Amino acid sequence: MIEANSLYGPLDPAPDAGWDEAGPRMGFFTDTSVCIGCKACEVACKEWNGVPDSGFDLLGMSYDNTGALTANSWRHVAFIEQPRPAGHRTPPFAGDPTGPAVSPASAAAAAGTVNETGTTPGVPPGDPQAAARMAAGPEFLGMPGAQPPGRSTGAESRTDFRWLMMSDVCKHCTHAACLDVCPTGSLFRTEFGTVVVQEDICNGCGYCISACPYGVIDQRKGDGRAWKCTLCYDRLGAGMTPACAQACPTESIQFGPLDELRERAAQRVAVLHERGVPEARLYGHDPTDGVGGDGAFFLLLDEPEVYGLPPDPVVTTRDLPKMWKRAGLAALAMAAAAVAAFVGGSS
Amino acid sequence: MAEAHPVGFQWVMEAKGRGAKVFHVDPRFTRTSALADTYLPIRAGSDIALLGGIVRYILENELDFREYVLAYTNAATIVSDEFVDTEDLDGLFSGYDPRTHTYNERSWQYVGQEETTGYRAADRERDTAAGLRHESHGIPVGGQVRRDETLQHPRCVYQILKRHYSRYTPEMVERVCGIPHEKFLELARAWTENSGRERTGVLIYSVGWTQHTVGVQYIRTGAIIQLLLGNMGRPGGGVLALRGHASIQGSTDIPTLFNLLPGYLPMPNCHNHATFTDWVDSIRHPGQKGFWANARAFGASLLKAYWGDAATPENDFCYDYLPRMTGDHGTYQTVLNMIDGKVKGYFLLGQNPAVGSAHGKAQRLGMANLDWLVVRDLFMIESATFWKNSPEVETGEIVPEECRTEVFFIPAASHVEKEGTFTQTQRLLQWREKALDPPGDARSELWFFYHLGRIIRQKLAASDKPRDRAVRDLKWDYPTHGDLAEPSAEAVLKEINGYEVATGRPLSAFTEAKDDGSTAIGCWIYTGVYADGVNQAARRKSRHEQDWVAAEWGWAWPANRRILYNRASADPEGRPWSERKQYVWWDADKGEWTGYDVPDFEKKKPPTYRPPEGATGVQGLAGDDAFIMQGDGKGWLYVPSGLQDGPMPTHYEPAESPMRNPLYGQQANPTRKVYDNPINSVNPSPPQPHSDVFPYVFTVSRLTEHHTAGGMSRTVPRLAELQPEMFVEVSPELAGELGLAHLGWAHLISGRAAIEARVLVTDRLTPLRLDGRVIHQVWLPYHFGREGIVTGDSVNDLFGITLDPNVLIQESKVGTCDIRPGRRPTGPALLELVDDYRRRAEMTGGRPPIVTTDASEREVG
Repeated sequence: MIEANSLYGPLDPAPDAGWDEAGPRMGFFTDTSVCIGCKACEVACKEWNGVPDSGFDLLGMSYDNTGALTANSWRHVAFIEQPRPAGHRTPPFAGDPTGPAVSPASAAAAAGTVNETGTTPGVPPGDPQAAARMAAGPEFLGMPGAQPPGRSTGAESRTDFRWLMMSDVCKHCTHAACLDVCPTGSLFRTEFGTVVVQEDICNGCGYCISACPYGVIDQRKGDGRAWKCTLCYDRLGAGMTPACAQACPTESIQFGPLDELRERAAQRVAVLHERGVPEARLYGHDPTDGVGGDGAFFLLLDEPEVYGLPPDPVVTTRDLPKMWKRAGLAALAMAAAAVAAFVGGSS
Repeated sequence: MAEAHPVGFQWVMEAKGRGAKVFHVDPRFTRTSALADTYLPIRAGSDIALLGGIVRYILENELDFREYVLAYTNAATIVSDEFVDTEDLDGLFSGYDPRTHTYNERSWQYVGQEETTGYRAADRERDTAAGLRHESHGIPVGGQVRRDETLQHPRCVYQILKRHYSRYTPEMVERVCGIPHEKFLELARAWTENSGRERTGVLIYSVGWTQHTVGVQYIRTGAIIQLLLGNMGRPGGGVLALRGHASIQGSTDIPTLFNLLPGYLPMPNCHNHATFTDWVDSIRHPGQKGFWANARAFGASLLKAYWGDAATPENDFCYDYLPRMTGDHGTYQTVLNMIDGKVKGYFLLGQNPAVGSAHGKAQRLGMANLDWLVVRDLFMIESATFWKNSPEVETGEIVPEECRTEVFFIPAASHVEKEGTFTQTQRLLQWREKALDPPGDARSELWFFYHLGRIIRQKLAASDKPRDRAVRDLKWDYPTHGDLAEPSAEAVLKEINGYEVATGRPLSAFTEAKDDGSTAIGCWIYTGVYADGVNQAARRKSRHEQDWVAAEWGWAWPANRRILYNRASADPEGRPWSERKQYVWWDADKGEWTGYDVPDFEKKKPPTYRPPEGATGVQGLAGDDAFIMQGDGKGWLYVPSGLQDGPMPTHYEPAESPMRNPLYGQQANPTRKVYDNPINSVNPSPPQPHSDVFPYVFTVSRLTEHHTAGGMSRTVPRLAELQPEMFVEVSPELAGELGLAHLGWAHLISGRAAIEARVLVTDRLTPLRLDGRVIHQVWLPYHFGREGIVTGDSVNDLFGITLDPNVLIQESKVGTCDIRPGRRPTGPALLELVDDYRRRAEMTGGRPPIVTTDASEREVG
């Protein structure tokens, strides 16, 4: 049984971090059911925060040419093409002379592309099998086949299709492992409950990178420091909305007090269920999950894995107290053994 | 819409959130389709068949809004018995002249009015895109028409329309468009069920619709549906064009077109408009009904704004200073003239024809044969560097050392670095402030032209040549401010609005315009934007502080009216059609029209008013003639005059098509504008032989991430990285057929060029089953060129030049090509490849056959 503590379990992080007069915790609710994939969030973020480009490579991952969240991409819009029904919709290609779907095979081919983002670890080549699985959805039955896309001779024809889009961002976890492991105090918890890297303190040790359960934080080459979404700390301080949420034309990215957002999100899920979209679900909203709930949570239309999100993230420092306890016990045991050895040796 | 207009698409999402059902018709599955409830893949260039199918569905099932149709459209009007439909002439209307490839409109007229059109040189009107001038006011027809209110007369418009579309069945839609008929019916049902007394539907198109040889008729078909369903002049209805850039509406109102002057006054033509009176009479048509009787005042006031004190009633307000059109001066004719050495200089302002216009090679070869070229842009674009890095340099067709054109690149200020107005699709003018100074030498357009004019006038000050008088006499006295001597945009807006010459008082309405030289107006339809000396376009009253029409946000022409023809939002007796859709109505107690918007009707004219016998002008309009700018006061389901290619939209195949027209022997628009020039060619289409050399259909459009020809996005890292390479989207089925691999290369060949692109194999594209065969379509973005951070071949190079006959817009949304795996050859081998295709297709130059039916030989009239 894991007990709740400052590293795990439900918690209001700002007061826990010592902000005595913290206001309500602020965050993002990203509703992917209304995302139109315009990438205005990516551009607005870079423009406001002065984030450099992350490479000019055609990745072939549908319309995603950024690849992932990196030190040079603090918002990232994922595009997933799937030969699956969108629930309520008339099948887009019903009645057309189509063959089998190619999207899993195209996704697999794209997974082999490397994107030089100017960061490390950046976007390493993906796993073709995993990529194909994402594109195929839960019914995926195996590898997409050895033939090049479109060459397979299966008799089945595709009629259903959906194109999922999702703007991903740092989750601003309740229990942020990046912050926990930061040796310099560069990563800190703000009065808004968000997690921010202080660029003038970061020494580039990179501990935060392996600590993040979502693979968000990343190092900029040449500069060596870690960079990620600050939830526009400077704008929040001035009473403004973060740049991405401000730019989003369809209110897919909503910014506000987390409690309100959670309420709104629950209502939205109910509406979608009522309208025949049973796949709609929330991700990262639950304060009892492995990271104590995210400050930036999502409404998804499929399993989190389809969007490249871990299904059950756990703060990597969850077991730290227990580990220290065990380490302490081990040290004591070692010391005892050493003493015993000496004692025994002298007898 | 989500692809090209993501900000506007938020309102579609908002409507969807309230339960609206969204349909999306597009050759490829786009970001819009992803959010739509129903997506209908369609063959590019077949929209009239689809929309004609909807018209038939409405008429066959009697789903039209009958009271509206009877009262406000010309459905009951009886047409001349000389008229013969395409159903009887295999795709041609009566009056076709196979020699000039134009129509004589005599037989299209309302019965008894065959003589009123008089002689019309249709080929000359086509050359000057004369139809454009009707944008704001319709075409005059005689006032008194014969009607059959029962709609049973075989020659009434309703019955003619019904017969014309009788073969546009759901099965035919499937054969022509590739849309399965169940899906077609789903669309037809939704559209009709959501229109009528209680509900209205809006039709929104993007300008890709206009880039066809039948582009005007595409929009006409949409307008017919909207009229039949009672969706015009009512809140939530209408036909809206989403423009390709900010203020494209503004650039037709105050035109950047060769054939129009501000406010849709026609540019004088040397053949018809010898005198000022000839010119204004051609606009106002003395003796006919409608609102154009004031044309003399608008014309005089415009000339007074141009030439100030020099313009007097005695010299016809310097009318003779105005240039005269002699024929086609459109952009494509001009480019061909450049190639032929007839044009010496060229200004390009925020335009990149080397990438953005059809037949890129013709554009570049034309520009390479000038004395001088001025390019004003934010970034160094292909149209400024074609002489050193275009495809023609690689093939040796342009030699940089020998290219004679002197290019002047002049940096321009962006929209945030200058002040002025944008006019959007609803005719709303919105003032924008300057946010910051332009960098370095960059300057506003206003600055550039004001000072250019000032310097030219200085140089000509001592000239006594008659040809220089027009420039020397110009009123050119705008106040300037600041270190850069920036002219005042507000002063220009005030001149556009118009003012009383003696006092300088800004006019409040165009009804104040005088024909005696006492008023000067830069653009009469904009009069009122500076009423009371206040910049009305700068109004920013929050929507929370006013009603839902938000009349105090910005200013809409004409007269701040937000919905045109809004008299139609009330029934013939002047009562709202329904409480839910009430907008403008007759207040019997006050004896005037009232409502949320400015009524588009004479304020005091009661619904019961009937014109006395022989009344003309405004008096000729009855109290229920809602479409006040039309000669007969009615919305036109059938257009008796003013269109080059027929009174009713008809499905013709694109100029390049792999298919024979399933509906008529006439393959393509018989009046389309073609150019006989060795540089231009058209890939063969049935019934010509060798159409199989170019078996695939390609269509082009935009990506959200880029802007038009890429000059403002390929140059910006934050946009360029989002779509970093030229690509072609192909279906899995076509990829299998051709051996194309995802992320591999392919090249596409037409009779003009060969281009290469990376391949995206995607389920978003689908083959279509048409008339028993499978047709493959591919899609490409048209943003790429040789300059900027990310580069690639330009897909517009694949197109030839064939134009819509009404407005001279090129067909650049559909063409045919061949596709091969791998990269294209380079250097002279590239030319050999294209030549090889041209040989195989027997493209020996000259125009393709225009008439493909022998029906014209038995035509009538």
